[in-house]
Amino acid sequence: MKWLASIGLSGTVLALFAAVTSIAIGWTYLSTEEQIEVAIRRAEAQQLLEIFPIGTHDNELVDDTFSIASNTALLGLREMRQGYRVRLSGRTVGVIIPTTARDGYSGDIRALVGIRRDGSVAGVRVVAHRETPGLGDKVELRKSAWVLGFNDRSLSNPALNSWSVKKEGGAFDQFTGATVTPMAVILATRRALEYATLNADTLFESAGDPS
Amino acid sequence: MSSPSFQQLTLNGLWKNNPALVQLLGLCPLLAVTASTVNALGLAAATLFVLIVSNTAVSVIRTIVSDTIRLPVFVMIIAAAVTVTELLMQAYSYELYQILGIFLPLITTNCIILGRADAFARKNAVPVALYDGFIMGVGFGAVLVLLGAIRELLGTGALFADMQLLFGPSAAAWRWQVFAVDYPFLVAILPPGAFLVTGCLIALKNQIDTSLERRAQAKAAAPVAGSKRVRVTGSIS
Repeated sequence: MKWLASIGLSGTVLALFAAVTSIAIGWTYLSTEEQIEVAIRRAEAQQLLEIFPIGTHDNELVDDTFSIASNTALLGLREMRQGYRVRLSGRTVGVIIPTTARDGYSGDIRALVGIRRDGSVAGVRVVAHRETPGLGDKVELRKSAWVLGFNDRSLSNPALNSWSVKKEGGAFDQFTGATVTPMAVILATRRALEYATLNADTLFESAGDPS
Repeated sequence: MSSPSFQQLTLNGLWKNNPALVQLLGLCPLLAVTASTVNALGLAAATLFVLIVSNTAVSVIRTIVSDTIRLPVFVMIIAAAVTVTELLMQAYSYELYQILGIFLPLITTNCIILGRADAFARKNAVPVALYDGFIMGVGFGAVLVLLGAIRELLGTGALFADMQLLFGPSAAAWRWQVFAVDYPFLVAILPPGAFLVTGCLIALKNQIDTSLERRAQAKAAAPVAGSKRVRVTGSIS
């Protein structure tokens, strides 16, 4: 029955190692938990602050959220996501809407669209995509300034039917060698603006607003 | 078999038995994460850390682990080391953690780590095993960074972009636009380019080895000038 004893021994040693390694992982997890939380929040806040920089609001954007369901028309979200309210002296001066363009060249393009109370774009930032490096990835601010061309646009600037690339009679530049990607982002931004217009009352809490 | 000297270990780890160029291990992360120097450097640092920790741990426990269960134990140790590295990176270098993405936990499957643990660390003393882990990590890291730099230079015309992800905000100024490109050599930063540049590096190394060998052989065979023996027996007519 020697083999039984040797299996027993092996099993015990394995279990021992499993315990030791689990403790090591657990201890590291607990020691870094707080710092990780801080890092994640900072990354999220940084993105939001790019759209509505520090002078434009006085609330903590990361905390002032509202949920948007996944099947919401116009936004194309695949799952429930958070929108953010931008306040100044208690009044909602803007919102940041998450949007998903399902017609990207290589899949979904997720973006955040910042919209001011007057219906103009405060900024658009692409947060996730799988577009071709060097071609479609110019929608990222890190790769080119193209996405800044949305700043201050609205549904009347340009007119609704000019929300397209210049090649097709629209007002926005396309990228040499890539049209599908910029078009996807342009249309997603337009749809976000339309969503904001349709839901202005709830988003900007302007029911009963004296203005 | 006596324990190899530190000099031997260094030569092996960096050149003769380089994990990436000779052993051809860990090629998946090598090819996928080296599109820029900073990414390559981040993965190199993580892999080096895990190699050192796992080689040391395996060497420490080498007498108490029997052959039958050694592999599961090694994998557990490596997985723990990688998870700890991942958590630390998530806490202190979050942007780089996001960029490395899935390749950080995949370090567990990097054959170099299990390979060194089983082939070397479990048969050698702790200082030697630690150093082997270190030098193999450096050898792998050197290839990673070289590859990253070449691909970044060819593909974007710049070097050391986004170094602030590793070295803090002041490192953003290290970016050096070597030449301006309107139409970058895209292949270099896509996977096929990774294969091509790696292949060239392996070929270059083999070429260097061959010419070094040839030179060594030529030196050994060449007779010293003037040493030809003069015939002093037999009839000369």
